[in-house]
Amino acid sequence: MKNISTPWTSRIVPTLLVGTTFLFVAFFLVLPLISIFAEALHKGVAAYFNSFKDQYAWSAIRLTLVTAAIAVPLNIVFGVMAAWCIAKFEFWGKSVLITLIDLPFAISPVIAGLVFVLAFGQRTALGSWLLAHDIKIIYAVPGIVLATIFVTFPFVARELIPLMQEQGTLEEEAAVTLGAGGWDVFWRVTLPNIKWGLLYGIILCNARAMGEFGAVSVVSGHIRGETNTMPLYIETLYASYSTVAAFSIATLLAALALVTLVAKSVIEWREKY
Amino acid sequence: MKKHSVLPGFGLTLGVSVTYLSIVVLIPLALLVWSTMSLSFADFVKAVGSKQVIASYKLTFGAAFLAALVNAVFGFIAAWSLVRYRFFGRRVVDALIDMPFAMPTAVSGIALTALCASNGWVGSLAAKYGSKLVIFAEEHGLDFMNIPYLNRYDGLQLAYSQFGVFIALTFIGLPFVVRTLQPALEDLDREVEEAAESLGATKFQTFRRVILPSVFPSLMTGFTLAFARALGEYGSVVFISGNLPYETEITSLLIVAKLQQYDYAGATAISVVMLTASFALMFVINFTQYLARRRK
Amino acid sequence: MRTFFTTLTVAAILSASLLAADFKLLNVSYDPTRELYEQFNAAFAKHYKAATGDNVTVNQSHGGSGGQANAVIEGLEADVVTLALAYDIESIAEKSKILPTEWQKRLPNNSTPYTSTVVFLVRKGNPKNIKTWNDLVKPGVSIIAAHPKTSGVARWSYLAGWGAVLKQELGDLKKLNDPQYDKEVAAAQKKARDYTLKVYKQVKVLDSGARGSTQSFVQRGQGDVLLNWENEAYLAVREYGADKYEIVVPPISILAEPPVALIDKVVDKKKTRAVAEAYLKYLYSPEGQEIAARNFYRPRDAKILEKYKNNFAKVELFTIDDVFGGWQKAQKEHFSDGGVFDQINTR
Repeated sequence: MKNISTPWTSRIVPTLLVGTTFLFVAFFLVLPLISIFAEALHKGVAAYFNSFKDQYAWSAIRLTLVTAAIAVPLNIVFGVMAAWCIAKFEFWGKSVLITLIDLPFAISPVIAGLVFVLAFGQRTALGSWLLAHDIKIIYAVPGIVLATIFVTFPFVARELIPLMQEQGTLEEEAAVTLGAGGWDVFWRVTLPNIKWGLLYGIILCNARAMGEFGAVSVVSGHIRGETNTMPLYIETLYASYSTVAAFSIATLLAALALVTLVAKSVIEWREKY
Repeated sequence: MKKHSVLPGFGLTLGVSVTYLSIVVLIPLALLVWSTMSLSFADFVKAVGSKQVIASYKLTFGAAFLAALVNAVFGFIAAWSLVRYRFFGRRVVDALIDMPFAMPTAVSGIALTALCASNGWVGSLAAKYGSKLVIFAEEHGLDFMNIPYLNRYDGLQLAYSQFGVFIALTFIGLPFVVRTLQPALEDLDREVEEAAESLGATKFQTFRRVILPSVFPSLMTGFTLAFARALGEYGSVVFISGNLPYETEITSLLIVAKLQQYDYAGATAISVVMLTASFALMFVINFTQYLARRRK
Repeated sequence: MRTFFTTLTVAAILSASLLAADFKLLNVSYDPTRELYEQFNAAFAKHYKAATGDNVTVNQSHGGSGGQANAVIEGLEADVVTLALAYDIESIAEKSKILPTEWQKRLPNNSTPYTSTVVFLVRKGNPKNIKTWNDLVKPGVSIIAAHPKTSGVARWSYLAGWGAVLKQELGDLKKLNDPQYDKEVAAAQKKARDYTLKVYKQVKVLDSGARGSTQSFVQRGQGDVLLNWENEAYLAVREYGADKYEIVVPPISILAEPPVALIDKVVDKKKTRAVAEAYLKYLYSPEGQEIAARNFYRPRDAKILEKYKNNFAKVELFTIDDVFGGWQKAQKEHFSDGGVFDQINTR
């Protein structure tokens, strides 16, 4: 164990802190992960790989990827813009705006799905018009994407706001004074400063977009092969005595951690060279 | 409305943010309130104020708050260790942090229940040492044993109890604190710390006066988000809590129960109450932070 | 001449394949039926192809019964629904009017091609000696069940116990609808209510769904007895070992009827009425009945039932209409907000 900062403390404190981290992470993350793999593998490796032969598993994986590919970029653009105006400017109603951004977190996922049913359900004027014209929003892919955007909406913005507030506006102001345009300021000055926050925001947003169950479950209709995302498909398998298959597919979502690992390593590597 | 600033882009970014926010969040939420309005006031009170619902508020808010608190403390330690120290397994730990989000909540719930049930790895230990503790306490005439779900026969019951709710909520909120603190800690200016120390500050003083104030906004953000997320959680909790009315029934379960009875108005009424409460709480936190920043 | 016939044959084959239509059905169902319909859909596709030359693919949607009904009400375009209880289909008919309210009379046997019942699953050797509904409330018996407000089978279980007490008190369930026994019936209803109160005091875990409660009992080792579907109990034994669990069929239980129905508005819009009707009818055919029996649902067909009689213990069954006056009434009295279930939980 090596302390990379100035040796402002003896070894005891770091050891204690790292030890606590390990214990906390072991109990809350590693043990559950092991038990997921244990369930997935308890009938052997062959059964594990058999779970992926199902065509419905693949269509669920595809749908999950498509949903995340639409929802995450939209939320990134929004998140960066919201963070910019909140962190770099003073204006009336700012606290309200921040709190509104937080709201999707506080809503039960089931209700988050329900609001779209309330909007586009057959019993509303809009919903019955859509149905008559064969435009499908809920119980189809657009509804799933909408629900996912709603649930993952705050991540990027919330990650960036405290960070950018902390950094202040001095560097940007200097750049502007020296004649840089708005885009240049963002690209050359702000972005390098916020890249870690942005990365964490994207990672969280993406993880949640792929893992969301409650909200998507309400708007999906669970049509196998068409509107089942990975989490929904896992639930269907579990509810029909295919525990091994359910947990095998869940392990794929655990593999998202690997993506995180690679993304961070790449950025660190590019920084060094 | 806006104080003068030389930076460009205020109108554009605020405009886009507010528009997107309105489409994605505000319109749907307005529908929620609208649906609740179909209830008469008396029905609204009945829906949101029955004894059973109130018992569930207590459990949900209490467990969510405790879980967020634990996450704030341990999340801080974890984020600090990840940023400041290089140790074996650091990258793996770092990558694992996001797992609670990536896992569908039902999977997390089932996995946590498997661990914490009385025949699980952790649950069996809690049962064994819990009952030892009770026996020890009784032998020494200590009477702190009116804790629920702790007795000499079953020991400490982790799953199917309020502890289970707390464990599930801690799990699902864990990434928030760590991930909001990490960039702030990476960003800390080490020179300020060094300066403080060279001026004779102790390590603790440096931490309290220099480090904590500058990462405090991020810590509060992480806490708020973990708390808010825990309030609404459903999928993982229903597996581990046991769902006994008045004891381990969370508010989200009551909402789902109402939906099963096709009672949209009742379901949205409860969620509007939850939403208002958490909006108020989060607003207070955000506003206090805003004031603190202005004073600086 | 031969050329002529060859041409004719070729033409016939060609036109048949050109005329063969491709149909796509959506069957919206509840959770435990995934395997049943996987097998049934394949059999039906084959059968339909042979009978008409048309291709049919059946898409499946599975979820909690109430949630699935909600989705259909809100516009999920199901050609047929196959749900856990009639109340859910009644709600669809009532709230969205996409099928007639007398839907249940359109097919034989209350539109339920297969039935099930509520049984007990206990640990091997039945250590707490649980045989009847009364044994559930013996001191020290800890029960695992699903939450009546969120799960279909939980409602069936609750009503099964209630009805069993009424039967025991009254001797003959016909007295329920006979005004001359009013006093006796009122006393029996009170007993049933007290009994139900006791049962739910002894429940240790109320899972949100049928599957979750099986898991709590089997994998987490909670409780002494599990109340669940007969078919779920059989699957649990098959999956986790007959050496560890046994099924106890109480002497009396409820006839659980998971009904099926055609959604008129959808099949007319999608022009799938004929194939959807054939699909539901095929459930009643010997082939369909056999598939149901193999998946531990009690077939209506007497011959098939006889063939699988070892799987289905003899038990006296009462219906929800006999004892509770139908789903609408039972739901309102027992499970709606402020109903009996809410009161027995008030502490």
